[in-house]
Amino acid sequence: MRAPLSWIKEFVDIPNSVTADQVSDGLIRVGFEVEEIIYQGSDLTGPLKFAKVLSIEELTEHKKPIRYVGLDCGEKETRYVICGATNFAVGDMIVAALPGAVLPGNFAIGARETYGKTSNGMICSARELGISDEHAGIMVFSESDAKIGADAIEGLQINDVIFDVAVNPDRGYALSIRGIAREVAGSLDLTYTDPVDSLRSLKFEETGKGVTAKIEDTSAASVFYLRTMSQFDPKATTPLWMRRRIEKMGMRSISLVVDVTNYVMLELGQPLHAFDKSKIKGGLTIKRAGKAQKFVTLDGQERSLDADDLMVWDDDQPLALAGTMGGLSSEITQSTTDIALEAVRFDPVSIAKNSRRHKISSEASRRLERSVDPSLAEFASARFVQLLTANSSAVHVATVVAGEPLYPPVVKIDPTYISKILGFEVANADVARILRQVGCDVDEKTWAIDPPSWRADLLGVADFTEEVARMIGYDKIPSILPPRPLHASLTPTQKRRRAVATMLASRGLAEVQTFPFTNQETIDAMGFVDERAATYAIANPMSEEFPLMRVHLVPGLIEVAQRNISRGAKDFAIFEMGSIFRSSQKLTPAVSPELSMRPSQRIIDEIFASVPPQAYHVAGLLVGKVENENWQGKARAYTWHDAIEYAQDILALCNLEWNVKRSDFAPWHPGRCAELIVDGKAVAHAGELHPRVIAKYGLPERSVAFAVGLSTLPDSSLVHPTRVGTMPAALQDVALIVDEKVTASQVQAALTEGAGDLLESISLFDRYDKIGEGKISLAFTLVFRAPDRTLTGDEVSAMREAATAVAAKKCGAVVRTA
Amino acid sequence: MRQEDVSQWVKDAHIAFSAANDMDSLKTARLAHAGDKAPISLASRTLGSLSPEEKASFGKIIGDGKAAIALALAQATQKLEAERDKKVLLEEVVDITLPVNRRHRGGLHPISIIKNEVSDFFIEQGYAVAEGPELESGWLNFDALNIPADHPARTMQDTFFVEPVESGMVLRTHTSPVQIRTMLTQTPPIYVICPGRTFRADELDATHSPVFHQVEGLVVDKGITMAHLKGTLDNFARHMFGPDVTTRLRPSFFPFTEPSAEVDIFFNNRWIEWGGCGMVNPKVLQTCGIDTDVYSGFAFGMGLERTLMVRHGITDMHDIVEGDLRFTRQFGVGL
Repeated sequence: MRAPLSWIKEFVDIPNSVTADQVSDGLIRVGFEVEEIIYQGSDLTGPLKFAKVLSIEELTEHKKPIRYVGLDCGEKETRYVICGATNFAVGDMIVAALPGAVLPGNFAIGARETYGKTSNGMICSARELGISDEHAGIMVFSESDAKIGADAIEGLQINDVIFDVAVNPDRGYALSIRGIAREVAGSLDLTYTDPVDSLRSLKFEETGKGVTAKIEDTSAASVFYLRTMSQFDPKATTPLWMRRRIEKMGMRSISLVVDVTNYVMLELGQPLHAFDKSKIKGGLTIKRAGKAQKFVTLDGQERSLDADDLMVWDDDQPLALAGTMGGLSSEITQSTTDIALEAVRFDPVSIAKNSRRHKISSEASRRLERSVDPSLAEFASARFVQLLTANSSAVHVATVVAGEPLYPPVVKIDPTYISKILGFEVANADVARILRQVGCDVDEKTWAIDPPSWRADLLGVADFTEEVARMIGYDKIPSILPPRPLHASLTPTQKRRRAVATMLASRGLAEVQTFPFTNQETIDAMGFVDERAATYAIANPMSEEFPLMRVHLVPGLIEVAQRNISRGAKDFAIFEMGSIFRSSQKLTPAVSPELSMRPSQRIIDEIFASVPPQAYHVAGLLVGKVENENWQGKARAYTWHDAIEYAQDILALCNLEWNVKRSDFAPWHPGRCAELIVDGKAVAHAGELHPRVIAKYGLPERSVAFAVGLSTLPDSSLVHPTRVGTMPAALQDVALIVDEKVTASQVQAALTEGAGDLLESISLFDRYDKIGEGKISLAFTLVFRAPDRTLTGDEVSAMREAATAVAAKKCGAVVRTA
Repeated sequence: MRQEDVSQWVKDAHIAFSAANDMDSLKTARLAHAGDKAPISLASRTLGSLSPEEKASFGKIIGDGKAAIALALAQATQKLEAERDKKVLLEEVVDITLPVNRRHRGGLHPISIIKNEVSDFFIEQGYAVAEGPELESGWLNFDALNIPADHPARTMQDTFFVEPVESGMVLRTHTSPVQIRTMLTQTPPIYVICPGRTFRADELDATHSPVFHQVEGLVVDKGITMAHLKGTLDNFARHMFGPDVTTRLRPSFFPFTEPSAEVDIFFNNRWIEWGGCGMVNPKVLQTCGIDTDVYSGFAFGMGLERTLMVRHGITDMHDIVEGDLRFTRQFGVGL
């Protein structure tokens, strides 16, 4: 919302000693962010004159139309200038910058030779003067607007300060000069004159029968003023002062009738709509679209109506998309003489829905969906009649009213609540004074507060607390720390996530965070099927490229890896932690319990249960070499076991025990993927990526990845350590020949089982696969220790043989002899 | 055998040991002056044939002499060993400035780092870290926070909805539903922060991302005031931006707080919008079943990306979301 200082001053006595910055600070202090202060005219110096076009010579020998124009600038002699615009004729008034003038952008005007002529100045467009973006042609005025030779800086009221103010959605009243001025006055403690005051007494003579007004859907509007006017001369033009104010507000002057509706809306905040009365069949009615299907808005677009759209109808058809945009068929044209002016206090929700369904955010809908002062339907429409009759031949015919304004309710408050919430003492007298300042009627005996008509947002004591706080100033609130609870810590889950991330980061993996979106092509390319491929679709995705929620972290890592590779990286390791969104449960229609009271536990549980579980994973992708190659020589490439090691390290960090199984699991290589199992549940997968995935995404061959379902891991249990044995250990090496299909973990499990309780540890120290005949050799070191004695050679041999015997039985292992 | 002889032998040994300039010549000197054939050793062997009185007196003289020679030998040995070590080890000198860092440098994402930092700061003040799902119920994300169905924040332009739309399920637009979850499942006093990923249908550009992170704080207790909110934000701002930073509260509007404020920080010589805050709207407390006659609360929220960008002078959001390792690695693990 823009607000020119010159216009604010019409309603607030601002002494000249108050600077624009002080006004801006005042607005900010009471909750109106000033996004920009425009010092219009500050970079413009004259002479800038109104001039009359006396002659036009078209210079046709150039690529574009060029005019050599004779101007009466109120000087003795005709002044000639070159002009590239063509939107003016002999007799028009224009603005000319004379030599010596400097236009915005430090553009100095001088006499110059161009197109074979001497140009003694320049005819200006609005943009060249820095007063609007209009640059379709030069500015043209009628002689009634401007006197020949008059100073145009003065005449166009160029020197002004314009505040661009951000208005919060609860303060619709401030989308008007009336509202902004009230805030300036309140903040700077200056005298304010409500422009509505002078409108209350306006009376218009009834000279005929007006168009009738009716509210059929009373939930959609409370009050409807319809003022009929006639004898309007369509040739009437907008007075320059009004046009300039409209332009300073960032809008365009269109025609007198439309300009007056806009001017009144900007001044008071009430959107108005003017119909060409001759196009109305019968009377006007506010009702829903119902069965009406098509409607052409005045921007020429044909719109498909929703049955719930709120419309202004005549007896036959809808004429306007209520409070949002008028219709083409009944708009004011260059032949309109009779006008029906609509001013309605619409229901904000209905207008919000109109606006949203048709994606029209108009000046009118922006105000109406933020709630408009219900008294304004009367006063704003009266202001329209006042301005139109004053500036044209139009006369008032009749005023028809339907419904009546509904004002905000009286609220009883406890004034001590305000000090209790703000944290400092505010005297009751100050509460009353401030609430009166913002427009409330205050009964200090009962503390019944009657909010002003424009404040539909003041509904409870918290709302009044904010009014008091902002008028006193938030800077008066003291800074105190609240009482502290005795203790808090991260939860075990949070600690675990942080430890895993820190471990991976300190082991050389860089953390990335990707958008959790994917698409069907990626899901298919990864080879995910069934429940691992099912996910939720976003109804309004950013792009059709990523319309689904991710089902796995590896695709995002691949995308980041591709980006890094394309930027020159070769050998690296990355990881991500985050939620995945497999559609494990069907989404059911929403439950929406009443507000301002706690829903029943059953409803709360139902709401919680309606949200599908979202598993939390960590995944890593390792590409290229394990180490950077440097003067120390070559490094080996990452291989399947590096990925498995990271997955196992994560489980080890969480102090869990696991089994390993080979698994055919997308997106991994079916022969090179390990599944890690904790408590019988597969919790992690790791190994080499599927060659098809690697090829599709252009990753280095044999890139490897791991993924661990952190949220599926069981909690770590409390550790009860065994005593550490201090007797000597006995080491025994065994080499076993087994079929190559037998896995190392199977053999190790068999040896462990057979070795008995005194086996302290076992480790595979050699694997030899060059024996042939489908056989391999696996060599293990077994460490035995007794808690209470030194083991004898016979005891140790017996345990070793027991171990190999079980391995022979379970795995067909044959002890290898040297 | 006289005292003078023994003194001379000790003196000779001293001279010989000192003259040795390497371990080999020291060995020769040792054999000559402390070996089996050395004069003092030979003299020692004759002690057995002496009378007990002579044995006692000469024994002491010879014993003292032997000890003096052994000490001289030890000193000479130590000196020569030190010289040898110095020489040999010098020959083994390497260029220890050679690059040795072959392992990849990892690091945490800066958003994780700042999230950890904020969490640690508030945990130290007694706040728990609350979390919730990213795909969230619309009732928890909007209605319960006093954002009615027709509020602009609920339009298709701002919120990602999930099909079927009737489910009301959304990608949470803020971490505030975690506050609601906390208030529905716990009783005051409540002191929590809610860091997490949030979603708004904004195009990715230098300052916006459709996927971003927030941290929100919520306190509900007896006698909580706006002064407590200000104190907490002042403390938080100083922790994040340094002791010289000042804050400013500006009246603002959020459906879930009343009074509401924007919090600005004065940092690097200008006011910067940092986040939003306010006293929890009594309607919101009531929806969560909290007695507003007994309890009041404050809440605040800020963007982690914004905090990071302001504090570290990051000018383009793309660096934060693209995952380029050259960016991430600069942050280490945040220590």
